[in-house]
Amino acid sequence: MSATQAATDDVLIARIAQGDRLAMQVLYGRHHVRVFRFGLRLVRDEQVAEDLISEVFLDVWRQAGKFEGRSAVSTWLLAITRFKALSALRRRKDAELDDEAANAIEDTSDDPEVAVQKKDTSEALRKCLTALSPEHREIVDLVYYHEKSVEEVAEIVGIPENTVKTRLFYARKKLAELLKAAGVERGWP
Amino acid sequence: MMAVSKQMLDQEPSEIEMLLPWHAAGTLNPRDTRRVDEALARDPELARQYAVICEEYAETIHLNESLGAPSARAMAKLFAAIDGEPARNPSAWLTISTRVAGFFASLSPRTLAWSASLGALALLLQAGVIGAVLVKNQTTSFQTASLSTNEPLTRALGPEAPPRALVRFAPEARIADITALLDHYQASVVGGAKGGMFRLQFGDKAMTKDEIAGLMSKLQSERIVNLAVATP
Repeated sequence: MSATQAATDDVLIARIAQGDRLAMQVLYGRHHVRVFRFGLRLVRDEQVAEDLISEVFLDVWRQAGKFEGRSAVSTWLLAITRFKALSALRRRKDAELDDEAANAIEDTSDDPEVAVQKKDTSEALRKCLTALSPEHREIVDLVYYHEKSVEEVAEIVGIPENTVKTRLFYARKKLAELLKAAGVERGWP
Repeated sequence: MMAVSKQMLDQEPSEIEMLLPWHAAGTLNPRDTRRVDEALARDPELARQYAVICEEYAETIHLNESLGAPSARAMAKLFAAIDGEPARNPSAWLTISTRVAGFFASLSPRTLAWSASLGALALLLQAGVIGAVLVKNQTTSFQTASLSTNEPLTRALGPEAPPRALVRFAPEARIADITALLDHYQASVVGGAKGGMFRLQFGDKAMTKDEIAGLMSKLQSERIVNLAVATP
């Protein structure tokens, strides 16, 4: 995100703190898709993810006056989303949902082996990214898709910076293992 | 050269190896970016791993982009909930600060740069004017002190008056050092600190001009004396 946009996000938050609905609409328009996708990758249910973004932005509406601007607004949004997603998962009994959702996702398309048979390594990679644990999924998404720095990921996930680095390393290693099990060798590790 | 990367699964990854994903995403600080660039240039194994990471990076984006977007229901639900929230009374100060922040945020970087340059120029001009006025009106502390009309008139009437001087001590001079110096020169403080200078009187006998010059020179060479000037 550019510095100018970051500054504008801060201004929007200040206006939202004043009860400015238009500012809320602009902020929502700017971030809701990424927030939705981050939430969806965590809860794996579109309905739940849609409910999540309403809750996240409602929290922004309520808490805007307390935002101190120490981090980027997008980082703050993702931190709220994560918290809400984990609460939603707890409500729906995390483990059950995970298995259920993973099965549902696998039903929709080919498994990694089939994808490889089609000689589509990219698709296998995407399938394996989906098969990662929630912990590993979120860190991969935050770094690659949401383009968050080590410090920002540490803030969103609430873990030390060194743990962020090692967690991503082991997520990547797990990904390599899944790919290897699916017959895809990429030369690492 | 020893490879930076560690290929074995049971080995701990190196610091550089762990930074590769952030390098691929372009979110490393300049220092770490340089470190990773240098390591990549000298370590082919690391470069191979980096290529794998770039592939993961691209596919993660692809995967997330394929997730689609939420329906309009989410936004409708949000604003319905906002409508149900209690109304707020914005404070005047916050409204002004928000508008000021909004004004600056709306300026383009070029406009901001020009505004900052003009502001700096105005400050420089102001400093120049103030400086010129001060220089024009400046009178040295020696002149002011030596022309003091508060001194007793008898002091300068006869050649037999003991010598006096305005002395500025070094900031680090301690009371004990000053006392020792006064003892050594048989001097006493006869005037308070004006402009950071003390008026001292040396002994109780008059001195010739050469003696006074020698005294000042010796005094000036003292470690705790910054300045010594003979006065009438």
